[in-house]
Amino acid sequence: MAIVRAQGLGKTYRVADKQPGLAGTLRHFLNRRERTIKAVQDVSFAIEPGEFVGFLGANGAGKTTTLKMLTGLIHPTSGTVEVAGAIPHRREADFLGRITLVMGQKQQLIWDLPPLDSLRVNAAVYGIPEAESRRRIAELADMLELGDELRRPVRKLSLGQRMKAELLAALLHRPAVLFLDEPTLGLDVNAQARVRSFLADYNRRFGATVLLTSHYMADITALCPRVLLIHEGQLFYDGTLEMLTQRLAPCREVRLELHQPLGAEAFAGYGEVEAIEGRQVRLLIPRERLTEQVGRLLADLAVVDLSVSDPPIEDIIGRLFRQGALA
Amino acid sequence: MGRYLTTLRVFWIASLTAELEYKANFLIELVATAGNLVGSVFVLSLFYGGGRSLGGWSWEAALVVLGVYTLLEGVTTTLLQPNLSTIVAHVRTGSLDFVLLKPIDSQFWLSARTFSPWGLPGIGLGAGLIIYAAWKAGASPDPRTVAIAGLMLIASLLILYSLWFVLAATSIWFVKIWNATEVLRSVLVAGRFPVSAFPAGLRAFFTFVVPVAFLTTVPAEAILGRASGAWLLAGLAVAAGSIAASRWFWRFALRFYTSASS
Repeated sequence: MAIVRAQGLGKTYRVADKQPGLAGTLRHFLNRRERTIKAVQDVSFAIEPGEFVGFLGANGAGKTTTLKMLTGLIHPTSGTVEVAGAIPHRREADFLGRITLVMGQKQQLIWDLPPLDSLRVNAAVYGIPEAESRRRIAELADMLELGDELRRPVRKLSLGQRMKAELLAALLHRPAVLFLDEPTLGLDVNAQARVRSFLADYNRRFGATVLLTSHYMADITALCPRVLLIHEGQLFYDGTLEMLTQRLAPCREVRLELHQPLGAEAFAGYGEVEAIEGRQVRLLIPRERLTEQVGRLLADLAVVDLSVSDPPIEDIIGRLFRQGALA
Repeated sequence: MGRYLTTLRVFWIASLTAELEYKANFLIELVATAGNLVGSVFVLSLFYGGGRSLGGWSWEAALVVLGVYTLLEGVTTTLLQPNLSTIVAHVRTGSLDFVLLKPIDSQFWLSARTFSPWGLPGIGLGAGLIIYAAWKAGASPDPRTVAIAGLMLIASLLILYSLWFVLAATSIWFVKIWNATEVLRSVLVAGRFPVSAFPAGLRAFFTFVVPVAFLTTVPAEAILGRASGAWLLAGLAVAAGSIAASRWFWRFALRFYTSASS
């Protein structure tokens, strides 16, 4: 039984179509033009309890809009959503107590007070008894490696400490479904890694369902066996990360170690040269010709070692987002 | 209901903790409020110089109106201003999302989240002035009068709150709304005087458009034990109506809320 289910989900916005400058403003004032933007169109998927799903897409692809429909912050224009057995935009107390939303660039902690005060507020709002909330804070603080930071005013914490405290505040009510929108945004590599291992740990320990968006592919590769890829408002892919790589990367990377160095022209007939460093060569060869070309390489050249791998997922997704186009 | 009371307690303890970082504020606010009050009493005394009266109100009775006004100003500083100004910030930064995702009434959260002790001197001075002036005016402190007076003060607070809340809620569309609440605050200054002191046109405006009459004049009449049943009922009806309107308006506004894009 799926815990998150979207069926034909769509959201259109009407925005003012305005030219820049004063003249544009005046023209807009006299003759108001609006245009409809389809932020999300016909998106369907289902997530089972306990799954850790990555949600990928370029900026403006419709990720945040989808997350907002899933959490009930905005009404879908079309289609249906069901999360934790409820219709999100009704925002029933029971539903709100079972989900959480963490946004990397927005914060809920009270700026001038230590996180503990914000946690106290959340405990009261979610109706968590005092002893229980103390127990949970201790447990989560332990998992997040937070200690004294909880007693220092939020404004004096580093970005990484603040994000960890935000996570604690967002998880105090033990939600069954976590929507995480760029939770590692702006963090340094170490802090990212700690947040990542915490999320994996949390997912395992409490069997929570997680939908994670991130621009850092390392987050996705480390945490998400399954990814959803949204492009221009439409669901482009739903499956394992591995299959996505195959689908998006028509080439595989062949690494060669040669007996002696050769120039780039020597590989012209085999594939696209990525790099040559002395006796080390990296080639990109289309999947359908891989076997044939590897056979020829081994027969024609003095090869010491050969390995075949997929290009790094970062490169693939990065290229995809940069080009903004999908094959 | 119990959860709301607990939440309110935690809300206010948290905001008191934050505010008490600046202890000197209390003294400054006390001096400022007292200064304001002295100024208002002086202006009022000018009207009464030479044995004139203001709209049929005696000097002491008019002081009751001023007392009610000072009390309302204190409540505004304590609760309305700090809470409702944050609605604007929530809309601008998109942190309203967090409020909407809490399993608690969002209007309650937004209206009661902060408690600023700096309005307490105003509340104290206002209450003191009311008691003193009512005693001077010869009002009888029998339980019935006190009960009715209390009820009308609550009604007036609810009306004031609704006006503020509706105005603050329009920030969902206009975002930069804060100047408008300053305009509201200036209009409400009219509440320092009995509404009958104004010309007929303004009197109608302050009764039917911006219900200033129900904010100070009607409670003052109730405190002096001379409010007519019709006015009392009208005051309660306006209070109930404005609270209902503010709730309806908030739900209506939320339908337009799509939160600041991220």
